[in-house]
Amino acid sequence: MSAPETFTGNRGLQLEEPLTFETGDPALSAVDLPPVPEAPDRLGGLAREGEIGLPGLSEPQVMRHYLRLSQKNYAIDAGFYPLGSCTMKHNPRLNEKVARLPGLGDLHPLQPVSTVQGALAVMDACAHWLKTLTGMPAVAMSPAAGAHGELTGLMTIRAALEAAGDARAKVLVPESAHGTNPASAHFCGYGVESIPANDRGRVDLAAFKDKLGGDVAAVMLTNPNTCGLFEDEILEIAEAIHGIGGYFYCDGANFNAIVGRVRPGDLGIDCMHLNLHKTFSTPHGGGGPGSGPVVLSAPLAPFAPLPYVVHGPDGFRLVEHAADSDGRPFGRVKGFHGQFGVFVRALAYMMSMGSDGLRQVSEDAVLNANYLLAGLKDDLSPSFDGPCMHEVLFDDHFLRNTGVSTLDMAKALIDEGFHPMTMYFPLVVHGALLMEPTETESKETLDLFIATVRDLARRAKAGEADSFHAAPRLTPRRRLDETLAARKPVLRWTPPAPAADAAD
Amino acid sequence: MRYLPLTDRDRRDMLAAIGVAGIDDLFRDVPPAVRLDGPVDLPPHQGEMAVERAFAAWAGQNLSPGRAPSFLGAGAYRHHIPAIADHLIQRGEFLTAYTPYQPEVSQGTLQYLFEFQTQVALITGMEVANASMYDGATATSEAVLMAGRVTRRNRVVLSAGLHPHYREVARTNLGYLGMETVAPEPDDDGGEADLAALVDDATACVVVQNPDFFGRLHDLSALAAACQAAGALLVCAVTEVVSLGAVKAPGDMGADIVAAEGQSLGNGTGFGGPHVGLLAVRQKHLRQMPGRLVGETADADGRRGYVLTLSTREQHIRREKATSNICTNSGLCALAFNIHLTLLGERGFRHLAALNHATAAGLADRLAAVDGVTVLNDTFFNEFTVRLAKPAGAVVEALADRGILGGVPVSRLYPDRPDLADLMLVAATETVTEDDADRLCAALKEVLA
Ligand SMILES: Cc1ncc(COP(=O)(O)O)c(C=O)c1O
Repeated sequence: MSAPETFTGNRGLQLEEPLTFETGDPALSAVDLPPVPEAPDRLGGLAREGEIGLPGLSEPQVMRHYLRLSQKNYAIDAGFYPLGSCTMKHNPRLNEKVARLPGLGDLHPLQPVSTVQGALAVMDACAHWLKTLTGMPAVAMSPAAGAHGELTGLMTIRAALEAAGDARAKVLVPESAHGTNPASAHFCGYGVESIPANDRGRVDLAAFKDKLGGDVAAVMLTNPNTCGLFEDEILEIAEAIHGIGGYFYCDGANFNAIVGRVRPGDLGIDCMHLNLHKTFSTPHGGGGPGSGPVVLSAPLAPFAPLPYVVHGPDGFRLVEHAADSDGRPFGRVKGFHGQFGVFVRALAYMMSMGSDGLRQVSEDAVLNANYLLAGLKDDLSPSFDGPCMHEVLFDDHFLRNTGVSTLDMAKALIDEGFHPMTMYFPLVVHGALLMEPTETESKETLDLFIATVRDLARRAKAGEADSFHAAPRLTPRRRLDETLAARKPVLRWTPPAPAADAAD
Repeated sequence: MRYLPLTDRDRRDMLAAIGVAGIDDLFRDVPPAVRLDGPVDLPPHQGEMAVERAFAAWAGQNLSPGRAPSFLGAGAYRHHIPAIADHLIQRGEFLTAYTPYQPEVSQGTLQYLFEFQTQVALITGMEVANASMYDGATATSEAVLMAGRVTRRNRVVLSAGLHPHYREVARTNLGYLGMETVAPEPDDDGGEADLAALVDDATACVVVQNPDFFGRLHDLSALAAACQAAGALLVCAVTEVVSLGAVKAPGDMGADIVAAEGQSLGNGTGFGGPHVGLLAVRQKHLRQMPGRLVGETADADGRRGYVLTLSTREQHIRREKATSNICTNSGLCALAFNIHLTLLGERGFRHLAALNHATAAGLADRLAAVDGVTVLNDTFFNEFTVRLAKPAGAVVEALADRGILGGVPVSRLYPDRPDLADLMLVAATETVTEDDADRLCAALKEVLA
């Protein structure tokens, strides 16, 4: 252990911060509440006794605690965040402002429907934009994130198949798929069979067709795929899956590559989730909340889950029960009506960009990714020939015999002030480095990033492995021991054992 | 277009650097037949003013609970959120970060999640908690699936006192994995028979809610003992986490898994989402737990730090064998929860809970004195059920006409139960004033007359 360079452990603006549990005094509170009126207790003898063990702080202490924590995070607001598959684009603050308007942000989900006509109009408008952009007739708005959308979509497919008396057993998923795809298939009761890729990084059409049979419920494809490539045989894939009576699920995490230029409905897709927290600019919040509406083709639409909004003669109505539905909803996947606050933000974004702007989004996203590819292809090893779509995939071939790994490259990029690309995903290439710049980055940023990565690649090849292994050095913490964390899990704070002389 | 930094000149230079003639060349893998040659049929881009105006108009068509006496609950509760909480969650370093995959530049997120896990474990009386689920309903469903894995059994008993949305979400999810549900319906006053009688040696878990959907409190100890004797787990759902500041914790009554909706702390009702699911378990069941976990460790210099851990349970490692498909969860809502509870502290949390309880108790007494209103609960925290002399749906509409959000008619969630049509759930949090209570009582007198 190297000794801290300062008495406090602080380093200028990098301030150490203990856990709240280690500070303050339980006698303090940062909230002044009115006195509790006298009233007999109705807890039926179930009053909570004893200390819970929460700390107490005043408001200024709380402010500093969180502000200091915030300063230990990288964020899209601070710099380039080319995390492939995650679409870290600028998060407009207009979205935040409108989501907080009284009458939108503070509505209760079970207010009488007559008192929330504007909110239902927002849901309907958001749905309309999503359906139009995807060329699909219906959308289930309630899923809470992408993975939840996958599960919902597959449940819709299963309901449609079962209604036709044709329950099937498995779902085909490419090896390059995100882990949520096979996991969602499992939680919908399907077996998962993987489909291999061809040497161009796309689904191997012949191998795919070989796997088709009467037990295949659906194929789950990401398009553009997780290698950043458009599945150029997608129309044949759609025809083949429909040919055996199966459905075509598309993981829409990469919709940013094609929004405004290609409608999934035109590709023969039956079902696709959209990550509103990716393509539609809503903040990822350090791990959510997201929202994963699922657009549906006509054969699947009647099976969409509850609830949904319909427009009737007296305005908007919320269909919350199967008995009120014209369709055959398969059930419910979430409490209340979905991630309304995320719908508001995504709609504000879509209205801001408009149909022309959204088309420009995919153009610029794809242009930026190809510019990275052009700038890096001589020094790194692109996994596939271009053009790529909105993200570009490299493998670790260029690091062979350097003693430097993909992980080391990522950590060195951190010292250079960038957030690393996605590492080791997709699994289909060795030591993957997946870079997604998004359309909200300037050419200057890309130029600096390219120059930096090239410099790192050259330093790696020049035998400077030791400096890579030591990276990052300039961060609030250096490399963290993940093995230790998993071997002896400490998942919560516990009070230190009382000193011996404190015991009575 | 204000969110796009590239100029036309940049675009030309970049295309030249790439070595293609035009943008269409970059889309050449898209079959020509499906390429759109112009914008889709939606309005063009707009400036901030125009967009803001549109949303202000939509907002204006709604009755904001901030402008009306409001007594709505049934799984979402309006509480006062300190100003600093909303300020802090909007700091860009929290708001615009991704899931903390690179721990050296994510210690802020990781530390608050570690604090959040500790808070959740403490207030539920459990040993460990995860870094959040989507909401209370999905957390409950995940708890049931987890109980199935732990016990290797597939029969699930869902209490009639469990929120109907939680019941529906669980029922929807369970069938696919061959699990079967036994879900008794509530009696005509919202009660139910003893659940212990339904536990057998095929039962994976019993799911109860405390306070239950109708507001009643339950001592779970006997049921927990019955579950334990039969080798089943007891799952306790909590839709109002503020209750944990006043009511005995599920963990202290023998629950094996606690699944809760954390919205009440730090998060607005937001028309139903985003909210934040809490999931807390016993240490011995940790490996079957779904969702992300943050753990303490040390960095290369030996300094304490935090990382995502035990990810061999998760989809990105285990794919179809994972304990859940969840990836993105409710990080920022967990931060809001964490900040609000930190602001309250032990004393404030207890005080807030006591204030809610006393406010509701005062309101219950006043409503009981209104002709045509019967309070059904002997016990409650901040929400109770009343029987009205007229159908509750119509009463609630009539109250809304008078600018009062009077309560949730049970028929909204149980439309197929005419015998529950005269029941209304009434919640009273610290936001309810004396004047609000006066207005509700006066309006009910009028409407029920
Ligand atoms: C390709 C792909 N599919 C699915 C997901 C899952 O989406 P979410 O995290 O919103 O559940 C992600 C992102 O995490 C993804 O990149």
